[in-house]
Amino acid sequence: MITTKDVEHMGWLSRLKIEEEKLEGYAGQLNSVLDYFGQLDEVDTEGVEPTYHVLEMNNVFREDVITECLTQALAIGNAPKTQDGFFKAPRII
Amino acid sequence: MLEESLKLRPYLDDVGVMIGLEIHVQLNKLNTKIFCGCSLDYHDDEPNTHTCPVCLGLPGSLPVLNRKAVEYSIKVGLALNCSIQEHTQFYRKNYYYPDLPKGFQITQYDYPIASNGNIMIEGEDGEVRIRINRAHMEEDPGRLVHEGGSIERSKYTFIDYNRSGVALLEIVTEPDLRSPKEARRFLDKLRNILEYLDVSDTTLEGSMRVDANISLSGGSRSEVKNISSHKGAERALLFEIVRQKNLLRRGGTVVQETRHFDEARGVTVSLRTKEEAHDYRYFPEADLVPIRVADWGPEIAKTLPELPDARRQRFVSVYSIMDEHAKSLTSEKKVADFYEEVAGQVDPKLAAVWTADVLKGELNYRDIGIEAFKTEDLVQLVSLLSEDKITEQSGIQIIRTILNEGGSPDKIIESDGLLKAEGDIVTTAVEEAISENPQPIADYLNGKSEALNFVVGQVMKKTKGRADAKLVRELILKKI
Amino acid sequence: MITVSRTIKAIKESSAVEVVAQCLERIEGSNNNAIIKVTRDEAINAARKLNSHPGPLAGVPIAIKDNISTKGMETTCGSRILSGYVPPYDAHVIERLKAAGAIIVGKANMDEFAMGTSTETSYYGPTLNPWNPECVPGGSSGGSAATVAAGEVPLALGSDTGGSVRCPASYCGVVGLKPTYGVISRYGLISYANSLEQIGPIASNVEDMTLLFNVIAGHDPRDSTSVPREKDYTNALVNDVKGLKIGVPKEYFGEGTDPHVERSVWDAVHTLESLGASWKEVEMPHTKYALAAYYVIAMSEASSNLARFDGMRYGLRLEKDHDWHTTYSEIRAAGFGEEVKRRILLGTYALSAGYMDKYYLKALKVRTLVKQDFERALNDTDVLIAPTMPTPAFKLGEKIRDPLTLYLADVNTVPINLAGVPSISLPCGFSDGLPIGLQIMGRHFDEETIIRTAYTFEQNTDFHTKTSEVA
Repeated sequence: MITTKDVEHMGWLSRLKIEEEKLEGYAGQLNSVLDYFGQLDEVDTEGVEPTYHVLEMNNVFREDVITECLTQALAIGNAPKTQDGFFKAPRII
Repeated sequence: MLEESLKLRPYLDDVGVMIGLEIHVQLNKLNTKIFCGCSLDYHDDEPNTHTCPVCLGLPGSLPVLNRKAVEYSIKVGLALNCSIQEHTQFYRKNYYYPDLPKGFQITQYDYPIASNGNIMIEGEDGEVRIRINRAHMEEDPGRLVHEGGSIERSKYTFIDYNRSGVALLEIVTEPDLRSPKEARRFLDKLRNILEYLDVSDTTLEGSMRVDANISLSGGSRSEVKNISSHKGAERALLFEIVRQKNLLRRGGTVVQETRHFDEARGVTVSLRTKEEAHDYRYFPEADLVPIRVADWGPEIAKTLPELPDARRQRFVSVYSIMDEHAKSLTSEKKVADFYEEVAGQVDPKLAAVWTADVLKGELNYRDIGIEAFKTEDLVQLVSLLSEDKITEQSGIQIIRTILNEGGSPDKIIESDGLLKAEGDIVTTAVEEAISENPQPIADYLNGKSEALNFVVGQVMKKTKGRADAKLVRELILKKI
Repeated sequence: MITVSRTIKAIKESSAVEVVAQCLERIEGSNNNAIIKVTRDEAINAARKLNSHPGPLAGVPIAIKDNISTKGMETTCGSRILSGYVPPYDAHVIERLKAAGAIIVGKANMDEFAMGTSTETSYYGPTLNPWNPECVPGGSSGGSAATVAAGEVPLALGSDTGGSVRCPASYCGVVGLKPTYGVISRYGLISYANSLEQIGPIASNVEDMTLLFNVIAGHDPRDSTSVPREKDYTNALVNDVKGLKIGVPKEYFGEGTDPHVERSVWDAVHTLESLGASWKEVEMPHTKYALAAYYVIAMSEASSNLARFDGMRYGLRLEKDHDWHTTYSEIRAAGFGEEVKRRILLGTYALSAGYMDKYYLKALKVRTLVKQDFERALNDTDVLIAPTMPTPAFKLGEKIRDPLTLYLADVNTVPINLAGVPSISLPCGFSDGLPIGLQIMGRHFDEETIIRTAYTFEQNTDFHTKTSEVA
């Protein structure tokens, strides 16, 4: 059972600002989905390996050869705020 | 982990200093980044001119692993006496920072490429083995420039992703270091090994970044980030020891926290951000398939160059030089290469003295590298010395002149007339000095042995230092 | 609906520019909101430059789901947070399409970040089902399927993470394929759940879908999960199923399956039987857990894949900047819709300390069991046949209020993504004027057999000839 406090924490962990008055609503919806996920506990997975990759593939590499990169204009072209070729972000703290 | 470390190496002082290091080394001798083909020669270029959809983390981009980066990482692992992980996988480390374009860093978590190694260093109490916990591969984030220069006072953060995606090897030690000085020595030794392996140019800015963990007497550990030089590491740790000691003396407690090293002010500051204990939610990177490199280790081991410790031993046995000299000569690959070239042409013992003691001293004083001196010049110098054609003093003078102004030994000898004063010139000078200084001679004959030095000095003055002092002394004694 | 062969004939008779212009007119006159961005200028210019292009799709218009990167053309993923984002590069499949001479005429509407089963979560409004505008077209590639079903374009690309090509194909009465994982390069596909998703071709008939598949499938060194396998899939367009062994998994006819759907699918099985195939019931006991496992994995991956949207390098940025972490949280709160936010929160939770074993790792183990179900079932059968969706298209607004109800519609499609096997959906019947989809699943890398099965079924029935009166 997740509480509004949990939702708030998850919001912070995901960097998603959630309004105070919406926390309850989210908790309700998320709980019903998590309840459904609880079904997985019924499955006996003793000795079963997790599937991280659905195909059995290993060792895919590229060679250490230089390829063309984007121009500065294209690299920063979509940025909402830039300065002197840098991306401009707010201060950290 | 701490108890284990203490069992191997108890505290060296009553403060109980315990230090571990995390070093991020850029594999900048590769041509390209770890997951894309962008070039690495960005140091003098405009920001964001060495990027592509992959290292910018543009939506839809995918990483592809640089084969050579894996080879280099295994090389380093082997040189650090680590076991190489045969079956390994990349993971996502999820956290948020403006220099991290995807909101996660592709790194290794379980199954680092190398683990359980060690490096020997000169500890406070003799040669000591510092254990390496692991070395793993990951990608470098971008570079942040804080407006105004300080992370605390800046209004904006400027981001340059030229560095984003450079292949990094993160090397983590056990907390086996017992003083800031040892930490510094460890870093110097590591840099040396990396230089020998030719996988990283550690002189480039940002190529070797250090996070240090330090605790006193088993108390809480503080982590210091943003250290970018070996001297800086020593300073930061010294500051931390003082800070923590003072805190404890005042009855406070040392909290486990991350502190930021301000190189300019020489202090560490607490970063009071909202980032509490990180939950990185590590899970395997599905865009990269696992790698199996079981057979790579032995193949790569064959290509390993002679490493510093082995080279040092060989210098001692092959060139019959003192271990002290061998240590000094092999502490930098360029110096070791220089020495070997010279030692192949002249007396190795003399070459060792003149390279390790004299030349290195003059270079350190000027804070320049051995590239400033030509091997031919030292060969010439050492030859002249062994043939007794110039004095040691002249030798030193020649080195200084070359470093200060340029030139070569024979030209300088000519222009300054440094060839050893021989035969008549010396005899004449001796006779003159004896006749000009009756009192000191008389004093000497009366028992004041130091008085002879004065007369020797006079002869040296007359010959402009080009006479052999020992010979002069003998000649004077013969005459009186 | 239009076919590729008719299009190519029309191009020969008039010109590519004229054909493309007509196509653009149809799209611009449409009110189903299938295409959210008409790329008129680029299309006309590309058509002009064609000359006598030798490519197999020379001059053929195609719509591209808006989560596939198109250089110089806005790509939004149906979201506000990428409004105005113009990729500086083409996805691998786009490069292949251009090399084949295809003409991109528009970006197709989709559920926001491919999270949905109805195209109702798009920031740019829902798409209407051409068979009944009160109904959803399915999702998340609703726009791609609808524009083909409405006779606006002959071809479209979608993406399928948990059924997002097959579901709208089923609801819109068109043909859609989710290939084996790794067959089509994901380079340029904006990621939702990267261990599950594949780009998929959509067309009005099996042959056209296969032509498109042929062009876009194949190895790409920029996608490490891309499989080196070069084939000509058109060789599978053979009208013959003699000796074909069909497996019918009973778990795919669960409660909630519409009786018309059940009957149509069984009719299809019997049709194939009459053409020389045999069938038997197979058991896939972990099917009922597949949905939970799928959502845990998909949401976990999504929570990480969507972390990059912070408004610094592209996308939405708000007027006021606070400190970085706060700004980041505010931008995402404003830029993402409710369903996306829910999935990010749940995904973060499933990966978080203390819960990773219970949710994420457990789901990965169940994934293994689901994959093994397929291996066992396909051990002595060639294909598996089942309904694509338990019902025909539902009404707009009917399921969107409760997330869980919507998730449950995916029961028959998600197990395929977990196992990574290929699967086609094509029309096999109607219920109250709404199409019913037949799902044909196969072994890894055996697209040929499912294509052959689909083609044979199609050629011996006439469902693919039906067009909606409404469209």
